[in-house]
Amino acid sequence: MVTETTPQSQSFKLSMLLNDTRYRSYTFQFFSLLILIVLIAYLGSNLIRNLAEAGLNISYSFLGEPAGYDINQRLIEYTSQSTHMRATIVGVLNTLLVAFLACFTATILGILGGVLRLSENWLVSKLMAVYVEAFRNVPVLIWIIIVFTIMTAVLPAPREFRGDEPSASLVLDAVAFTNRGVYVPSPEFQPQAIYVFFVLLASILAIFWYRNYAKNRLYATGTLLPTFWPSFAILVLPTVMAFYLLGKPISLDYPVLKGFNFSGGWTIRGSLIALWLALAIYTAAFIAENVRAGILAISKGQTEAAASLGLRPNRIMSLVILPQALRVIIPPLISQYLNITKNSSLAIAVGYMDVTGTLGGITLNQTGRAIEAILLLMLFYLLISLSISALMNIYNKSISLKER
Amino acid sequence: MLKRYLMAAVTGLGMIASTVTAATLDDVQARGKLNCGVNTGLVGFAAPDANGEWAGFDVAVCRAVAAAVLNDASAVEFLPQTGKTRFTALASGEVDMLSRNTTWTFSRDVDLKFEFTGVNYYDGQGFMVNRDLGVSSAGDLDGATVCIQTGTTTELNLADFFRSNNISYEPVPIETNAEARQQYLAGSCDVYTTDASGLAATRATFENPDDHVLLPEIISKEPLGPLVRHGDNQWGDIVRWTLNALISAEELGVTSANIAELSAGTNNPEINRLLGSEGNLGEMLGLDADWAKRAISVAGNYGEIFDAYIGESTPIGLSRGLNAQWTDGGLLYAPPFR
Repeated sequence: MVTETTPQSQSFKLSMLLNDTRYRSYTFQFFSLLILIVLIAYLGSNLIRNLAEAGLNISYSFLGEPAGYDINQRLIEYTSQSTHMRATIVGVLNTLLVAFLACFTATILGILGGVLRLSENWLVSKLMAVYVEAFRNVPVLIWIIIVFTIMTAVLPAPREFRGDEPSASLVLDAVAFTNRGVYVPSPEFQPQAIYVFFVLLASILAIFWYRNYAKNRLYATGTLLPTFWPSFAILVLPTVMAFYLLGKPISLDYPVLKGFNFSGGWTIRGSLIALWLALAIYTAAFIAENVRAGILAISKGQTEAAASLGLRPNRIMSLVILPQALRVIIPPLISQYLNITKNSSLAIAVGYMDVTGTLGGITLNQTGRAIEAILLLMLFYLLISLSISALMNIYNKSISLKER
Repeated sequence: MLKRYLMAAVTGLGMIASTVTAATLDDVQARGKLNCGVNTGLVGFAAPDANGEWAGFDVAVCRAVAAAVLNDASAVEFLPQTGKTRFTALASGEVDMLSRNTTWTFSRDVDLKFEFTGVNYYDGQGFMVNRDLGVSSAGDLDGATVCIQTGTTTELNLADFFRSNNISYEPVPIETNAEARQQYLAGSCDVYTTDASGLAATRATFENPDDHVLLPEIISKEPLGPLVRHGDNQWGDIVRWTLNALISAEELGVTSANIAELSAGTNNPEINRLLGSEGNLGEMLGLDADWAKRAISVAGNYGEIFDAYIGESTPIGLSRGLNAQWTDGGLLYAPPFR
């Protein structure tokens, strides 16, 4: 018979905090925390006292006052009479826009780069190696400036499109590449356009249905239906038919040279393009390495096993290797997304009005409220980074190895 | 027990904390160098010359103050500041004074707690465009792309001007004058706007200055002057009266050529008080009697400095205009040395 040998509950002595391994770590952690609190309290009190001595205070009332300056790129309504708060929001949206575009592009480029670097083809793999090494070893600020300078110096100014024999012309008569940005046609919708969208939505649902059907059929009978071309046809044909049947309810507004600049269409400003491209190609080099690491982490036996089942190399990659590799790729990918978001604060180098440019730049300058503006800026970047982190962690959980 | 230690620790640390001390003069003299915030590079006003020495109209004010306080016009550490960094640099004590084309405004004086010590250049905001555009007035600029230095009063004036004239524009924010120059020359903006003096200085550095015109409209008042922190009145007085000494010297006919002769004593009591051969003005400032004489000796009086760096004989070619002495119909009017 086994008797329970619970250790005699000793009375707690103060010395156990240091000598007993059960408590020692808590002691150290407690004191570290204490030191941290004291340090922060010291910095805070120092700040407040120094401000008081200089006759200044901390106040956020400036956020309600008219900003007085204009912002060229704004996703929401904004004039120089709007408040500093509104200017901040314009900046936040601009930051989110460039971060989203750059994350999206960097992911695609990164996956391509990582997979191609492992290619059997000597030239392709070496080219990708050169790309990765060249781009990740030069600071991103330099890349931003390089892209921007190339755009400003190489692309023609709008005035070169003028005259009877202009030295520059619109690409396909629709897109103007100028050193101020790219002017593209924008769609204009008539009321009937909504039906075209309904058709498009229905075709997308139909594609999902078709793919599901093909999969079920594959599992049931073992015959593989083609998916790519039918999906493509389902996507395009009904929408195009609807478009013509309804009498072309969607037209394009082309950019035309008017006065100093092109007007009409959409303007993608040079500063946005420079920042977007530079962040994307720079971060894609890191993501490519993550992807390569993820793929190499999957044992070669998996590839061979899949090949012995008769899968083609493309399918081995997409059905066997990548899903497993994602478990290795996603965690570092999160930090790359965070890097893109934070690096987008280099926008001022090309005059892109992100939140660092509005709140941390012009607003800070015009109001002189440096500490308030910087604290708010830190809070914003913290919030946005934590949100990206949280979202990506949820995704990571969904693809991680499910233990049953 | 623990709490008491904690309190002691916090107070102890708090006492070590240094704050910006009030007596800037003592700091400067102890350091042996004047920290002066200047432009990052605006030819004529503040830019390194061929030998790497800072020179210019704003730089001359720094050197005059250094000569008055330290008896050495070269004992200046020039700290280039962008439009964005300048106020933080001054407020934090990184620089002792700012002499950087800074417009004297109510909110900078009152809300940011700075003290403008006078005006060394009466300016106004103008526009520069390429001659090819055929623009003759700022009213024709509807839809133009405008390069503008961010963090300046010009940014706000620009918004006000276009709004009140009900015309549209697209601002391109730019950090420094050098970048603005590059962008403007590449044609990525149609117009460059800043203080008219800055435009003239920038145009002087172009390969073909004549291809560019300054539009006739001056859309704002920009009194530019040196500034110091609030709260140290002695230091503020030193900078203010050094500038006044340069201006008075021109009015009184004191030049770098005749200053040695005049300082021996003249029959004009104001010159004598200025140059220290009579009265004790220097002592009142906390300096010696020769302070103003040294300040003027560096590069001469206000008029000589103006002519040497930005006047009509220089590539920048600015006329005196508003910046003439009041006796010549300008706005320069230094209070009496008495």
